[in-house]
Amino acid sequence: MTDVAVPGVAGVAPPAGVARLLEPRADRTLACHLDRYGPLPLRVDLVGELDRSGLRGRGGAAFPTAVKLAAVARRRRPIVVANGAEGEPLSSKDKTLLATSPHLVLDGLVLAARAVGAREAVVCVARGAGRVIATVEGAVAERAALRRDGVDIQVAATPDRYVVGEETALIHWLNGGDAKPTTTPPRPFERGVGGRPTLVQNVETLAHIALVGRFGGDWYRVVGTAEDPGTTLISIGGAVDRPGVYEVEQGTGLLAALRAAGLPAGDPPPVLVGGYFGRWLDPATVSAAAIGVDAMRRAGASLGCGVLWALPRDACGLAESARVARWFADESAGQCGPCVNGLPAIAAAMEAVVAGPRSADALAHLRRWAAMVVGRGACHHPDGASRLVASAVEVFADEIARHARRGPCPASDAHVLPVAAGGSWR
Amino acid sequence: MRLNVDWIGCKGHGLCAELLPERITLDDWGYPIIDPRPIPPELEAHARRAADACPTLALLLRTESAARS
Repeated sequence: MTDVAVPGVAGVAPPAGVARLLEPRADRTLACHLDRYGPLPLRVDLVGELDRSGLRGRGGAAFPTAVKLAAVARRRRPIVVANGAEGEPLSSKDKTLLATSPHLVLDGLVLAARAVGAREAVVCVARGAGRVIATVEGAVAERAALRRDGVDIQVAATPDRYVVGEETALIHWLNGGDAKPTTTPPRPFERGVGGRPTLVQNVETLAHIALVGRFGGDWYRVVGTAEDPGTTLISIGGAVDRPGVYEVEQGTGLLAALRAAGLPAGDPPPVLVGGYFGRWLDPATVSAAAIGVDAMRRAGASLGCGVLWALPRDACGLAESARVARWFADESAGQCGPCVNGLPAIAAAMEAVVAGPRSADALAHLRRWAAMVVGRGACHHPDGASRLVASAVEVFADEIARHARRGPCPASDAHVLPVAAGGSWR
Repeated sequence: MRLNVDWIGCKGHGLCAELLPERITLDDWGYPIIDPRPIPPELEAHARRAADACPTLALLLRTESAARS
């Protein structure tokens, strides 16, 4: 189409550096937001610009955003879901983004809804994040008062279970069921909320969409790398002086990002990359890896929803991994045999490896069961448990040998990683 | 043709492994491990019987195009 507006509103400067999603602003009000960005562009070839941008989802799966929108756009009466459930315990980027830049997320939600022909949308936020919910509800009310969006936005407070953020689980919950995954097909883009074609996007992805919609795909690629353009939000924690959420240019070294968060000088410790759904990386790989989907894939890992957690010196990576393995078992939706049975078995084997005496037998069982559960469930929860445990066995081989000889080390009691029990599935 | 499992529907009865041992074994907890290779013509009838016999209809026999969609 030749009369589609070229992105970039006259007189509005696009973000210049790396501070794109978390650009400092006087306050979170709609007035301040409009002052900075102006009104939403009315005619945008969003799918086209997203395609040019190379944007991939920031919820963990890294699916090309343009393709996701296009799949829903062809269908009747679609609905858009903004996924801010953020079940990963080490991740806080979605809550931070919603608290800091709610209107950027809502801009993206509205632009995506318009692009796919949706008149309704739902923003999902973890119900434990009361202040974030209040902020989002306030932002939605501000926009509703202006009546410019053309999209009816609801806010929903999701249960604090790990798998609630999985697309089909979130939709099942929105439809009145438990926050547990469902069998596919049909996939959400075919039949989801209320049986309607549903576009589910992580809230950070929507914020990127908002900027691409305003400033274009070419602008989006000004920072980052050719394969991993733009910026990304990372939750950095563990043995760093300044834990928190950082907006990082894609292509930045993993170690550089950790140093910026206050990782002490010297060799890095093992790092849990991608949260509990990710894997441990040994110090040498941490030193060599860079941030980005393809860059991390080359390092044999994935940032997932963007988590970097540095193992503290006074903690035991093996013991912490056993605690996470038990948590994985406790967070199973309990629907699929291999998961229901395999994850507790894996957790018990890990605990035996930590304890020491039956280590060799336990390791053999661990390897067998970690392989046995992969790909055999309605969702990838068992795959996550398997991957985490397998990486622990690889990276903490020395610790395993020491525990086998001498039992649990003193650091085994540090209990640093959060493994709180979840609540209702409803 | 390929075999897939509806993991939520599967309750580990194990009839499938009895009826199609060439392609299905049981894991340590009684749940099916499906050989991922396509079902050859000589096993199709057996695969259909296995799918029909599942008490929860959790064993699914799909054509290639159906599996891809």
